[in-house]
Amino acid sequence: MRDLAVLFKGNNLQRLLGGLGVTLELSLVSVALSIVLGLLAGVLMTLKNPVVRAVMRLWLETVRIVPQLVLLFLVYFGMAKTFNLQLSGEAAAVIVFTFWGAGEMGDLVRGAITSIPVHQRESSAALGLTRGQTWRFVLLPQAARRLIPQAINLTTRMIKTTSLVMLIGVVEVLKVGSQIIDAARYDAPQGAVWVYGAVFFLYFFACWPISLAAGWLEKRWA
Amino acid sequence: MDIEFMRRFLPMYVKAAGLTLRLGATGIALSLVVGALCCLARQFRVPVLRRVAGVYIELARNTPLLVQLFFLYFGLPKIGVKLSAETCAIVGLTFLGGAYMAESLRSGLEAVDAIQHESGLSLGLTPMQNMRYVILPQALATAIPSIGANAVFLIKETSVFSAVALADLMYVAKDLIGMYYRTDEALLMLTLAYLALLLPLSIAFSLLERRLRHAGFGGAV
Repeated sequence: MRDLAVLFKGNNLQRLLGGLGVTLELSLVSVALSIVLGLLAGVLMTLKNPVVRAVMRLWLETVRIVPQLVLLFLVYFGMAKTFNLQLSGEAAAVIVFTFWGAGEMGDLVRGAITSIPVHQRESSAALGLTRGQTWRFVLLPQAARRLIPQAINLTTRMIKTTSLVMLIGVVEVLKVGSQIIDAARYDAPQGAVWVYGAVFFLYFFACWPISLAAGWLEKRWA
Repeated sequence: MDIEFMRRFLPMYVKAAGLTLRLGATGIALSLVVGALCCLARQFRVPVLRRVAGVYIELARNTPLLVQLFFLYFGLPKIGVKLSAETCAIVGLTFLGGAYMAESLRSGLEAVDAIQHESGLSLGLTPMQNMRYVILPQALATAIPSIGANAVFLIKETSVFSAVALADLMYVAKDLIGMYYRTDEALLMLTLAYLALLLPLSIAFSLLERRLRHAGFGGAV
């Protein structure tokens, strides 16, 4: 219990929160890019063109099957060796998480669009709405209601996955935590349990409200 | 690409894939047990356990496995709880997976229409028989796709085990990069190894899903 104090010693708490900032910044940049690219990808995934479909399918299966950590290694170490492209850890992280997130987001968009019954489209046509009006007033509002809760859930998954970037040398909250523990090895030998416990709850309090919002919207719009 | 190099280190990858698969399979099996228990506690509204399960699910779903592992492997020994790396890995994976499995099972149970419960009971089935022959088959059929997705997800998550010094696939690849600077070969084999593990699993689950689609009674097929 005595070693709990290590959390508040000097500017340790500030450093941990700064690390959390790096985590959130990386994930929010990736989420924003994923949303933009994912919307595009989702529309492409609904197309009937066999070539487009095959390419999209291959992309989606790749990001679903290859672990994110492997993708990080491929981009961070693989690119450097093969193409002599020295990316920073942060840049590699944003590339990988966007590649992954846009694929997953695309699939959610595809699911949301195709889940709308055909009769909605047909009824709109029968009512004399133009194509643009059908999308604007009938299809998009319904698709958005299905999409938004799931997209929010994807955001929490991306925030959690950001913890992997410490393994390619980015100093984020977990890495700051282990630095604090190492520095206080003699003053606070039991520091690890408190610092990693604190990191655990920092992640929890970053993701939990987002998960709650997703659950609430899902129930409200079901 | 140096094929000879790849051939020389193939046995290391095979051994590591065995470890990944063993830890992953144990974690998935235990996750299903934990998930089923949580789901039961919530379904039958068991007083205290229901709350415990609720808190556990939120905690596990909103924190990364890597942080959970660091806490178990580096944190707990400081207060006298020493677990081996393998135990930590399995405990961590089960902690994470149990919550995901509980959610999948719950959504499966919720998807079974209330009319199915009532019809079963009015036909004179006991509550146990009703569960066994009417509710569970339908609930499981609905839950299978997301259980499959969770299984693939959990095996992917095992890639962080290398951070607590377990010699899994990721660890071997890092080793080869560090020792021989054969980044291309090591990473190619790493990717192929995960594909070899996960592609069959993902295909098996989609076949299973197709076979079990008898739950569409009364709905669209």
